Amino acid sequence: MIDWSHTALTIAVILGSCLTLAGMLIWVERRLLGVWQERYGPNRLGPGGCLQSLADMIKIFTKEDWIPPFADKAVFVITPAIVVITALMSFAVIPIAPNFVVADLNVGVLFFLAMSSLAAYSVIIGGWASNNKFAFLGSLRAIAQLLSYEVFMGISLMGAVILAGSFNLSDIVNAQQHQWFVIPQFLGFLGFFMAGLAEAHRTPFDMPEAEAELVAGYHSEYSGMKFGMFFVGEYLSILLLSAMTVILFFGGWHGPWLPPVVWFGLKMFGFIALIILIRAAWPRFRFDQLLSFGWKVVMPLALINLLVTGGVVLWRAG
Amino acid sequence: MTPRLSATRDIPIGEQTGLVAEIAARFGSDGYLTAVQPTKDEIPTIWVEKHRLHEILRYVKSELPRPFPMLFDLSATDERLRRHHDGLPIGTFTVFYHLFSFDRNQSLRIKVALDDEALSLPSSINLWPNADWYEREIFDMFGIRFDGHPFLRRLLMPSWWEGYPLRKDHPSRATEVGQFQMPPEKLVMAQDALQFKPEEWGLARTHHDQDSDFDYMFINLGPAHTGTHGVLRLVAQLAGEEIINIVPDIGFHHRSQEKIAERQTWHSFIPYTDRVDYLQGVLNEMPYCLSVERLAGVTVPPRAQVIRVMMSEFYRIASHLVWYGTFAGDIGALSPVFYMFNDRERILSITEAICGGRMHPNWLRIGGVARDLPIGWDKLVRQFIDWFPSRLDDYERLVMDNPILKQRTVGIGVLSLDDAIAWGATGPMLRACGLPWDLRKVRPYSGYEQFDFEVPVASHGDCYDRALVHVLELRQSLRIIRQCLDSMPSGPYTSLDALATPPLKTHTMQDIETLINHFVGVSWGPVLPPGEAEVPTESSKGQTSYYLTSDGSQLSYRTRIRTPSFAHIQMVPLMARGELLSDLLAVLGSVDYVLSDVDR
Repeated sequence: MIDWSHTALTIAVILGSCLTLAGMLIWVERRLLGVWQERYGPNRLGPGGCLQSLADMIKIFTKEDWIPPFADKAVFVITPAIVVITALMSFAVIPIAPNFVVADLNVGVLFFLAMSSLAAYSVIIGGWASNNKFAFLGSLRAIAQLLSYEVFMGISLMGAVILAGSFNLSDIVNAQQHQWFVIPQFLGFLGFFMAGLAEAHRTPFDMPEAEAELVAGYHSEYSGMKFGMFFVGEYLSILLLSAMTVILFFGGWHGPWLPPVVWFGLKMFGFIALIILIRAAWPRFRFDQLLSFGWKVVMPLALINLLVTGGVVLWRAG
Repeated sequence: MTPRLSATRDIPIGEQTGLVAEIAARFGSDGYLTAVQPTKDEIPTIWVEKHRLHEILRYVKSELPRPFPMLFDLSATDERLRRHHDGLPIGTFTVFYHLFSFDRNQSLRIKVALDDEALSLPSSINLWPNADWYEREIFDMFGIRFDGHPFLRRLLMPSWWEGYPLRKDHPSRATEVGQFQMPPEKLVMAQDALQFKPEEWGLARTHHDQDSDFDYMFINLGPAHTGTHGVLRLVAQLAGEEIINIVPDIGFHHRSQEKIAERQTWHSFIPYTDRVDYLQGVLNEMPYCLSVERLAGVTVPPRAQVIRVMMSEFYRIASHLVWYGTFAGDIGALSPVFYMFNDRERILSITEAICGGRMHPNWLRIGGVARDLPIGWDKLVRQFIDWFPSRLDDYERLVMDNPILKQRTVGIGVLSLDDAIAWGATGPMLRACGLPWDLRKVRPYSGYEQFDFEVPVASHGDCYDRALVHVLELRQSLRIIRQCLDSMPSGPYTSLDALATPPLKTHTMQDIETLINHFVGVSWGPVLPPGEAEVPTESSKGQTSYYLTSDGSQLSYRTRIRTPSFAHIQMVPLMARGELLSDLLAVLGSVDYVLSDVDR
C-alpha cells in the first residue's frame, strides 16, 4: 500500500514537474537567446515574462484544430501524442535523487534507448501523414539522421555501462560517487551528447525542420495544440537529454553540501543552457555532411572508446 | 561633368571615335550602320539595320579585337510620342543593347528601330544567355517578339494581363482604367495561371534510363517562403534532394517603376529610386542623379560630392549588414541576424540624423544634396567608425571562421568567370570570380578617385567567396567614410546652376529672376534639354544604372532601370543545378538580392 502511494506520488511529481519545466524551458530558451542576441525576449507577462508560456498555451488551446483534407487523418492525429508519450515514458527510469524514481528498472538504459527509438517514429510518420512535400523531405532527412545517430548513441553510452557494471541508472549514478564518468569516458560523453542533439533535432543537427529551406520540416502542416505537442515534445527531449547526460557522465545527484535534488537540477540546467548556447552560436550542417560526420567520425570513435574501456575493465579485473 | 576615366590602372581609356570607326570599317559601307547618335553620356551609340542586327552583335561580341563580352542591359523604348528626332532613324519602337567591354573599359549601345507592322527581332540568346529574361521583359512590357526565344512569355506581369505596360498608350494610373474587378472566374483563371506545368518549361516529369526509372519531385519555394527573402518563387525539379533544375518566377514585387518615372518630374522621381532597392537608400539615388546631372549639364560642388560618397558608403554597409545576417541565417545560424540588424540600426540612426529618413532617405538632389550636414554629424560618424571594426572582428569569428559554415559554402554554387561575364554578373558576384572590377575604381564618379581604398577580390566564385568579398567590402567602406570625415570640404552643398533642383534659397526673396526660377523648378519641375544619358554606378549588389531619355520636358520620356539583382537572380539555376536543396539556400543567401531590385 505504502509502495503504491509512493510510486503514484512520484509519478505525479515527475510528470507535473516535467511538463511544467518543459513549458518554462520555452520561456528560458527565449530569454537566454535574447540575452545572447542583444535583445530582451518575452519580458512582459509575469515576473521577467515567466508566464509567457502559459499565455501561449492558452492561445494554442483555443486555436482551431485543423487537419488538412489531404492528410492521413488517423496517423496525423496520433503522431503528436507519440512524441510526448515516449518522452514522458523515458522519465520513468530517470533517478533524480536516491529512491526518487518511478521505476528503478534493471535495464533502465535499454528502456531509455527503446523510448527514444520509438520517438523517431513520430517524426517519420508525422511527415508522411501530412502528405506535404516539405514535411515529406523533412521526415526523409529525419529517417536518415535518426537511424544513424540511434546506433552510436547506444554504443557511446555503453562505456559508462561497462564501468558501472549495470544497466540500472541508479547504479550508474552510485558508481560515480568518487569520479564522474566524464573523465574516463570523455569520448563517450561527446558521442552521446551529439547523438542526443541529433535526436532532439537541435542545432546544428536540426535539418528535419530546417526552417530556411523546409518551412518547418516534418511538422509544417501541424497547427494548434498538435503543433504545441511537437513543441513541448522537443523541450521534453532537451530535458531528457540533459538528465541522461548528468546521470551517465556527470555523477547524477552527487555533489557536496547541497541536497541531491538541487545538484541534479543545477547540473541539468547547465546542460540546458549549453544546448541553447549551441543553438545561438552555430549554423546548421547539411544532412549528407551530418551523415558522413556521424558514420565516419563519431562512429569509429565510439567503437574505439568501447573497445578500450572494455579492455581496461577486463585487464583490471585480471 | 566630363567623364572621368582614370588611366591609373592597367585598363585603357575608352576610345569612342575609335570604336565606332572600327565597327564602321567592317559594316559601314554596306549601309548596315544607319546612324551614329551623339549622347550626353558619351557612350558610343550606333543605330543598325534590323536584318543585320544579329550579325553586328556577333561581331562585337566575338570577332572585334578586344570584344564586348557582356550584355549589360537590353530593353526598348516606345518612340511614338517622341518629339525630338534629331535626324535619327527612329521608328515606332527602339530596342537597345547595352554591351560592355572589360578590355576597353567601355560601353557600347546598339539601337535598332522597329516598324509597327513587324514588331519582331531575332533572339540573341545564343550570343548571351542572359538575354533570356531581358527579351521576355521586352515582350512583356512592349509586345515585341523575339524569334528563336524558347520560352517567350510574360516575365513580370501575370500571364493573363492585357496590354503592354510600357507602351505609351497603356494607362499608368489606376484611375485611368476604371474600378478593379476580380470576379470568381477571373480568380480561378489567375490561380490556374500560377499552376506550374513542367512541360511548358521543357522539364520532364519522369526520369528514364537503363538503370533507373522514377518521377521527379517538383517543389514550389515561394512566393511566400522563409528562405527566399521576399516574394520570389522558385520551382525546383528534384531527384531526391538533388536539384536537377530550377525555374525562377519573378514579378510579385513589380511596381513598374519605369512607368512611374514617365509621369514624375525629374526631381520628384528621386524618392521613388529609394524603393528600387529598399536596402541601399542613397545608392539608388546616386546613378539617377548622376544621369540627370549629365543630361542637365550640372556640376556638383565638392562638398556635395563627398557628402554623397559618405552616405553611399553608409548605405553600402547597411545593405551588406542585412545581407550578412540573412546569409548566416540561411545557413542556419540564428544569432548573427540580430547583431547585424542592431548595427544597421545604428547606421540608420546616423542617416536619420543627417537625411531625416532611414530606409528611404530621399537625400540627393539634382546638383547636390537636400541640405547641409547637421551640426555634430562628425561626432556621430566618428563614434560609429571607431566602434564598428571590433564588431566586424567578432562577426568574422562567429560567421566566416565557423567550420560548419565553411563546410556549407566552400565549393558550393561555383560560378566561373566566363559564366559570370556571359550572364551579366556585376559587383561582388563578379569580384568573387576573380575580376577586380569596381566602377568606383575603374570609372570613378562623384570624386571616388580621391579616396584611398582597395577592391576586395576572391578567386573561386563559390558561395564562401561571394560572402568573403562582401565582408571585406565592409572594411573598405569604413575606410572611405573615415576619409570623408577627415577631409570634408567646405563650400555649398548644392549647385548654383539654374537647373539644380530645388535651387538654393539665399537670393530667392531678393531678386525676381531667382524667385521665378525657384517657383518654376519647384512647382513645375526643371525642364531638361533633349538627350540621353546613363551613368552606371557601383551599388551594394552590383552595377545599377538609370538610362534616361529626355524629350525636352519636365518629365522623363523613358527611364530604363538596370539593376544587378535582376541579372543575378537569373543566374540562380546555373549555380544551383546539381547541388542539394540545402545548398540552394546557401546560393540564394550568397547572391545578395532584393526582390524590389529584381522586379522594380
